[in-house]
Order: sequence, then structure tokens, then C-alpha cells
Amino acid sequence: MSTTVAVLRFPGSLDHDSAARAVEGLGATAVEAWHADAELPEGTDAVLLPGGFSYGDHLRCGAIASRAPIMDAVRRHAEAGGRVVGICNGFQVLCEAGLLPGALRRNATLSFVCRQMDLEVADADTPWTSGLESGSVVSIPIKNNEGAWYGDPASTRVVLRYRDNLLGSTDAVAGVANEAGNVMGLMPHPEEACDALLGSTDGQLVLAGLIA
Amino acid sequence: MTQVIVTVMPKQGVLDPQGQAVAGALGQLGFDGVGEVRIGKRIELAIAGDDPAGQARAMCEQLLANALIEDYSVEVAG
Amino acid sequence: MSAAASDVPLHRQLGLTDDEAALIPELLGRAPTDPELVMFSLMWSEHCSYKHSKPLLKGFPTSSPRVLQGPGENAGVVDVGDGIAVALKIESHNHPSAVEPFEGAATGVGGIVRDIIAMGARPIALLDSLRFGELTSARSRHLFTRSVAGIGHYGNCIGVPTVGGEVSFDDRYEESCLVNAMCVGVLGPGGILRAAAQGPGNALVLFGNRTGRDGIGGASVLASAELDEGEDKRPSVQVSDPFTERKLMDCCLELAEGGTLVALQDLGAAGLTSAASEMAAKGGVGLDIDLDLVPLRETLAPAEILVSESQERMLAVVLPEKLDAMIAVCRRWDLDATAIGTVTAGENLVARSGGEVVVDLPARLLADDAPVYDVPRVPAPASPPLDPAAIPEPGDLAGAWADLLARPNIASKRWIYERYDHLVGANTIRRPGGDAAVVRLPGSDKAIALTTDCAERHCEIDPRGGGRASVLEAARNLACVGARPIAATDCLNFPNPEKGSTGWRLAEAIAGMAEALTALDVPVVSGNVSLYNESATRSILPTPVVGMMGLLERADSSVGHAFAHPGDVVLLVGDDGVLDASEYAALPGGFLPDIDVSREVAAIEVVLRAAEEGILRSAHDVSDGGLAVALAESAMAGGVGARIAVDPGRRDDEVLFGEGGGRMLVSVAGDAEAERLTALAAGAVRVRRLGEVGGDAVAIAIGPRSVALAIERAREAYERGLPEALA
Repeated sequence: MSTTVAVLRFPGSLDHDSAARAVEGLGATAVEAWHADAELPEGTDAVLLPGGFSYGDHLRCGAIASRAPIMDAVRRHAEAGGRVVGICNGFQVLCEAGLLPGALRRNATLSFVCRQMDLEVADADTPWTSGLESGSVVSIPIKNNEGAWYGDPASTRVVLRYRDNLLGSTDAVAGVANEAGNVMGLMPHPEEACDALLGSTDGQLVLAGLIA
Repeated sequence: MTQVIVTVMPKQGVLDPQGQAVAGALGQLGFDGVGEVRIGKRIELAIAGDDPAGQARAMCEQLLANALIEDYSVEVAG
Repeated sequence: MSAAASDVPLHRQLGLTDDEAALIPELLGRAPTDPELVMFSLMWSEHCSYKHSKPLLKGFPTSSPRVLQGPGENAGVVDVGDGIAVALKIESHNHPSAVEPFEGAATGVGGIVRDIIAMGARPIALLDSLRFGELTSARSRHLFTRSVAGIGHYGNCIGVPTVGGEVSFDDRYEESCLVNAMCVGVLGPGGILRAAAQGPGNALVLFGNRTGRDGIGGASVLASAELDEGEDKRPSVQVSDPFTERKLMDCCLELAEGGTLVALQDLGAAGLTSAASEMAAKGGVGLDIDLDLVPLRETLAPAEILVSESQERMLAVVLPEKLDAMIAVCRRWDLDATAIGTVTAGENLVARSGGEVVVDLPARLLADDAPVYDVPRVPAPASPPLDPAAIPEPGDLAGAWADLLARPNIASKRWIYERYDHLVGANTIRRPGGDAAVVRLPGSDKAIALTTDCAERHCEIDPRGGGRASVLEAARNLACVGARPIAATDCLNFPNPEKGSTGWRLAEAIAGMAEALTALDVPVVSGNVSLYNESATRSILPTPVVGMMGLLERADSSVGHAFAHPGDVVLLVGDDGVLDASEYAALPGGFLPDIDVSREVAAIEVVLRAAEEGILRSAHDVSDGGLAVALAESAMAGGVGARIAVDPGRRDDEVLFGEGGGRMLVSVAGDAEAERLTALAAGAVRVRRLGEVGGDAVAIAIGPRSVALAIERAREAYERGLPEALA
């Protein structure tokens, strides 16, 4: 029985299709979870919050989406130890929902940045980095306006750091997990690095964390 | 309906790159006397009921401001 | 100022000529109502009617076995095999961008995306072709940076990757910048949706954003007579709302897939007037619209409702029994949807307000019957060849080479494309920075390649040659990624066609483009014309932009421009270049030899065949900056240099930096592949062996002399160029 991954969709979600394709490429089954629903789809094993401009990034990135009805179900799933990954806007939503520490702020460049990035693994003990060694480097692209993580790294489980911190993240943080490690958020897009034809397959190593 | 003005600003001490950029641009335009610049949001709300300020504060706590990185103030228009 | 108070006749205030104004009552059989007059003034404007260019556009080839929809609909559509159809179109938004570059460029993207959506296609790629004045001008820096910001703001938010495009800077665009946006989409299982309304009794539904005062120009003249003094009657700049556009896109695709719609049209220039009159005229039916039912953002007079250019709105025709289902889909996407009228028998567009009929005329009078004009054709005198003395030969060729790499027209465009999401959708196989973008077709092994190109300096000197050159350059860019050109869309940006030699240049450029397109067997399936790009003191270079699409049968077979391995053989396909009209010479005028179209097409075919046979390690179009820049770009991309020898010409700098000759720079693994390439040329195309890949510099021997540029020095200049010019 393959893992069922619920891919959330808000008005303005953009990377849900590519994320679904990426998890299916890993052998999982992707199902859509609509923002207005009260429950996750039946049989959901893991949850993925995809990238995009949910609600047009209005007010604050991820702010409105984080208050959507489906997020109560996501919270219950996370509190029960279920796996949750938030990519880019999904990371912003998880921070706004209080499921991950910190907040994402405007890039130090004051511009959108779309670029392939080298990320260093800071914590190899999470489900999201279990195939990697601490200190190893993965190549995954970023594409965002507000990707500078702000928070207290000393009290945060930092999973990935940028080699080149052009976004101005505190402590060059690119991705964090909750204390238990079952919830992870990262600004880079692993679903854009699951195909050799697109330049890198390193994203599969991170998304493999969705699969039990 | 009471007019309420909510102002949301980045917390003091939190880096405001946008404010810095604007300060630089003002300097380039010849405005030499500009010190720190911080940029926030002004939200105008028409609120019904007899506790518009309390309602607005609750709105700030629940949605309009992110307590980690933003401060807010509420002003009931005359 | 009210209409009554002015001495200038209303029709002139609206932009109609006296002759046009006299023609209208003849066609109507009565005087037009004021709202009708405003509608004529917009529908008969150049932008909506193509009145100066229609006769000339007939010269383009527009059909091929692949063409499913040629010019005349919201976009063209071609069959790429495996049951997949692709829609494409390019459009300009020049004048609004000069006024408010962020919103002008953003709404330009919005408009072209809606044209693709209106065909029932899912947008999968955007490109933009931009022209501004030199970046030494603060105004041009402002227009450029804000336009890029606007394009990024819109494209990124709607989740369509901006995968390519071009920009160049020339003093001639200082007062009239150009912002052309191209969009490509894939048709869904519902097939092609067209604009023709059908079925008397069917409902006409307006959905998307509410209607406001956006973009109302001439109609404001009427508004003052109809509204209270206290209201703000100023026309507003169109403000983009990409979040709503994304919802509109998802909504339309769901409707198209479900077969819910009879017809679909987007609202662009001239808003409801244009959309409704075209839907009616194309379908040979009438439409009866109740303006009181149009959802409004603010109070608008009937004429204003008819011509408002509020963005992110679509018009659909739907069977009455499917109306509820349609509105339910729109509600799910949180979009307003209102039935505002019905399809009628007959041919009239009728609009009512407050129970009274304010518009009642045959739709075709607006959509099809604008008078057509022949442009005057006054040839411009030929310019003499450049005086060689006007370009002193540099003592330091390597320094001149590095300086050229740092020029904004040549330097890396990373500053631009990193501000665009060029990845969303996970289908971008070749990212910006190469000759053409390559995008995989979803759910397929195939991919398409996309480019926009124009040889405007060539057009200024010899418009027919420039038309040929623009098309051929686009085809070369596609061939260099291994894609066979299959369709084109064009955006003709010109000054006033009634003044000077512009009419002649327009006609000649189209003729030249048609010659090259025919020789390539590439039809034009859609396009746009933008005239009057000029100020009192300066007019633009004639800029016929070609958007071209190529097909790769296998997505994994694309070729890049990076040198790959030391020892690879470097070859040059094509003839020699000249300094005239080159970026290096940086002088107007000059003489350019005639382009031998069939010879250049044959060269393109050689490279294409070589790519298809899999023998190319790299391929790169030789354009701005000539051979030396192409070599440096291939070396920088691959991180490995080359040792090259070329024959001397008239001057060393012409050999290095001259442009033209239809050239492509390729590299192959070894002698066997080099011989195969020469064999493909079969003596009809020149193929020269230049040398080998290797080392950490590009070293060029020109006869007994030589020049070398280290890759790191080249890269430093190349990456610095654009950011430095903007600082």
C-alpha cells in the first residue's frame, strides 16, 4: 500500500501539480486537500503544503491561508505525529499557523529571487534528511519574494542552511523542523529538483521524508 | 459603523530592509537630514458595534499583525 | 470640461477623423448615440481595427498542415502531434508602460495570458521583448526596472513561468519604450474554445473582477455630462490583480474541461464593447446586454461601462441549462459571475441602461467595418557604408572584447531573469540565458522551444532585409537548441505610418518577414500591431518582433550553448559579418549586404539536422557582439575555453565583433562528427573548422596576430554589465 500524500490547495497555490507529480514519482499517491474542507482526505498519511502565492500574498505571505478551515485538520495530524512538509509558501503558512518557529520576511535583495542554491544539511536526524550526512550539500532552487527566515536559531531545529545567504535569513536558515522532527518547512523547492532533465534530483532526498 | 485605523509596523530592532532602501533613496535625492526609516501598513476598518477598538485589537491578535515581527496600534477615528 | 462646453467637435475629441465621423451615420442610417460614437472611436482606433496594417498583414503566410487556428482569434493554435495542441500569441502594451511602467507591463502580461485562456488553453510559458532608452538615462533606468518588476509581479503570482525574452537599449526608445509580452499555452481535453457567440437564447455571462473606471480615456468626455459634480471623474490607470487572474485561469480551465461554455472571450482594449461586438460579429448573431446588471466597483455612466478596461474579466456564452453550473464553478473560485445579457437572432449589438436602449447597431460595423487605409510608401534614402575611420581600431583588442561583454545590450541578463519565476510547473528544461527557452509539454515526451527576436538596427537601414533577419535570427535560436521552427507570432512596433518613410518600412519589413517565413515553412498564427510609437522629437527604430516556437520530438534531446569537453572541435556555420549596424560600432546607418534567405535557411537546416542526429556538443547563435562574444558566452557557460584560428578580414575588430552572415557557432566531439557536419552542408553552406575547446581562455589567432581573453575576466565583465549600469 503506497503512502497517501494530501497536497493542500488554496486559492493562489501554484506548485501543487508539480509537487503531486514529484511525490508520485517517489511511489506515493497524491490527493488534493481543498482549503475549505474541515478534514483531510480519507487515508491521508502525510501532508504537503505547496508553494505559490496563496491569497495573492495579501496582508502577509501565508497569513490568510494559515487561518483556513483545513489547517485545523493539519494541526491535529501534526500533533499526532503525522508528517507535514511546507514548501516556500507552505513554509510561510506553517510559520503563520504556529506549527513551525519563526517568520519569513522580505528578501534582503528586496527582489524576487529565482536561482539554483546549494544547501548544507545541518541536521541529518530528521525524516527529511535521513538519506543525507550532516554537512553534505544538496542543490535545490529557490523562487520567492519573502524567503528570509527570522527567528531564534538557538531554540530551533535548523535542518538546512544556505551556502550563500543572499536572502538575508537569520543564521542562513533555509529550512527548519519542529522539535519532534515530523513537521518541516523549507523555502527551496524540492519538487523542482526531482528530475535529471531539470538539473538536479536532490529534491527527492527531502521529499522521501513524506514516505513512511 | 465606526472608523478604526490600525497601524502595523515592524518591531523595533527587527531589520527593515525596505526602510533602509528608502532611506538610501531619499539620501540620493538630496534629503540629507533623514535618519532611520521604517515602513509599515495602515489598515482602515469600518467596524459595527459598541467596542470597535476591542474588536480591532482582537483582529490584530488573530490576523492583522504577526506578533513575532510586528507591533500594532489601534486608533478610533473621531 | 463637458462635451457641450468645448469648441472641438465630440468626434475629434474621441480621436475619429472627420471622414470617419461622416461615414458612421451613413452606415447606421441615422446619427449615432453618444455611447455608440464612443464605441466607434475605440473599435475604429488603430489598436482595435488594424486599419493601417490590415492590408499589409495579408502578406504573411498563415497556414501549414499543423495550423489548427490561424490569425483572427484570440490566439493561434498549432498541432504538435500526439494529440497535443499549443496556442501562442504576442502582444504589446507600449503606451501604458511608458506612462506607468509597473502596472503597464503587469497588465500587459495579464492581457496576453487571458488571450491564451480564452482559447481554452492552459498557459505554460511567458516571454517578454523589451526596448528602452540607454541606461545612462535616469528615466530609462526607471522604466526598465519598473517594467521588469511589473512583469515579475504578475507572472510570478499567476504561476506561469517567464522563461525567456530579450531586452535592448537604444536612444531611439528613450521616449517610447516597448513592452511586448508573449504567452504560450496547451489546449485541454475540451478542445479549442472560440469567441463566436452562438445560439439565440443562450446566456451572456460576465465573470471575474468588478468593473470600474480603469483605462477610460475618451469616454470620460461624456461622463462629465452625466454624473454629479461631486464625483471623481478622472480615468484611472489600470491596476493589475494577478491573484484574481490566477483564480480566473483555474476557473476558465475547469469550465473548458467540463465543456460548459459555448464561447469565451477576454476583455482587453475597449472592454465590453470590443468583446461583445467581436463575439457577435464572429458568430453572425446579436447580443442584448443590460448594463444595469454589470457588477460595478463605483458609479459609472453607461458609456463608461461599455468601454471600461478593468482587468481580469472574461465574457462567456453558455446554454441556459448550464448557467447554474457555470456560476457554481465561478463561486468555488470566489469570482463574481453575472448573466448580463442574451444571444439574439439578427446581427445587432443592443445595450440597455435604466430601461432605455442606448446602443443598437449591427455588431460588424464596430468589429469589421472600420475603414482601411493604405500607408504612404515613401522609400528612405539608402545610408552609405560606415566610414572605417569613424571607428578607430583598438590597440587593446582583449580590452575592447571585455568592454563589449559589459555593455548592457550584450551583458548577462541574470539581473532580469532571476526576478522572474522561470521554473514554476517543473517543466523548464533550458532556463533563461541560452539561445531559446525549452519547456517540456506536460504529460508528454515532447518539448517546445521559444524565442523572441528582432533586428531593429537592420530594419532601420534596410527594412526588407531587417524583416528577413528578424525571422532568421529567431529560427537560428531555435535550431541552436535543436528545435525545428513550426509557428510564429509577430508584434510590429512602428512609429506613425502616415509620416515620412514609416509606411514604407512597415510594408517592407512585413514583406521581408514573409519571404523568410515562407522559406522556413513557418506560418504566422497570431500577432499584434503597435503604431504611433514616437514623441514630438523622436521616433522608435522600426521594431518588428518575431516570437517563434520550435518543436523537439524528445524533450531530452535539446542542445545548449556551453562548450563541453577539452578536445571538442569548434566549427562555424555561415558566412562573414560586418561592422555596419553592429553593437560594437555603436553608430547609426551603414550598409548591409542583402540576405540570401535560402542560403541562411539551408544553414539552419544543417545545424538542425546535426542536432537531430545527436552530434552537437553545443550550438550558439552568433548575433550581438559577433564571433568573439559568442565564443566567450560558450566558454563562460561551459567553464572551459577554446583555441581558435580565423582568416584575417578587412580589420581584426570586424573579424571579432562584426555581425551578420547568418552564423552559428557549434562544437562536436571529434573529427568524425566534424566531417558529418560538413557533409550535411553539402557545399551549399559554409562550414569552417575554427579550432578546439580547451584551456581557461578564449584564444583567437587572426592570421599572424592573436588575442586572448581569460574566462574569469570575461565573466567578471559579463556579470557586472547590467547591475553596474543600473547602480
